[in-house]
Amino acid sequence: MKTLKNKAKTQFLALSENESFARIFTAGFVRNLGVTPSLLADIKTVVSEAVTNAIVHGYRGRDAESSLVFLELKYYSDKTLIITVTDRGCGIPDIEEAMQPFFTTDAEGERSGMGLPIMDAFSDSLRLTSSPKGTRVTMKKKLL
Amino acid sequence: MKTQSAFKNGEYIVRISGDIDHHTTLGIREEIDAGLVTNKPKRLILDLSETDFMDSSGLGLILGRLRKCTEAQIGFVLVNPRPPVIKILRLAGVEKMLDIRIL
Repeated sequence: MKTLKNKAKTQFLALSENESFARIFTAGFVRNLGVTPSLLADIKTVVSEAVTNAIVHGYRGRDAESSLVFLELKYYSDKTLIITVTDRGCGIPDIEEAMQPFFTTDAEGERSGMGLPIMDAFSDSLRLTSSPKGTRVTMKKKLL
Repeated sequence: MKTQSAFKNGEYIVRISGDIDHHTTLGIREEIDAGLVTNKPKRLILDLSETDFMDSSGLGLILGRLRKCTEAQIGFVLVNPRPPVIKILRLAGVEKMLDIRIL
């Protein structure tokens, strides 16, 4: 049976400068777990995508001072990393549409529409739950 | 993130060091686009040899510059992207649309 080996949690305002904070926090958490540079790049990428989505889409048009993004990392004995990014923003109206490569609601801002497809491809599993009260993304990555 | 740019022989070379994410893309985009207007180059060269990290925001930046350069008939070259950057370009299926040079 797998057991929890380590856990870290942080929360920060939905400000774009915190995207790098989220990546550094995550890189620090996995630092001693023997991950390869390639695996570390994948992990940083999925965290960056999820946090950026929360900031750009979840809290779009809202005051950043009252908008929080939550990042939780859990590492289990079976060498699995679970990454959860949660926001209390407006939610995703159509998840299936959002998962389509190059689908974006912000073409003018040069959003590529590849955030969710990249998160899906770079993680071993992706679970997305969303309502008008917020969005939660949970990604699983085997650190082998 | 830091950018260094140079213009010589009709080539506008921009080296991007550090991370390309949603936070940094706006500044990079504004700088490159202003340089395109000022320098009127024949070719834009993005040197990614010192780019440590890039996510889908960087992909949007690259595809946006490709579109802009194509419309203005300016050549567009990516130089020395590191493996994680190539992985993103490949996943998006845009690697073959781009002139990528490993020097």
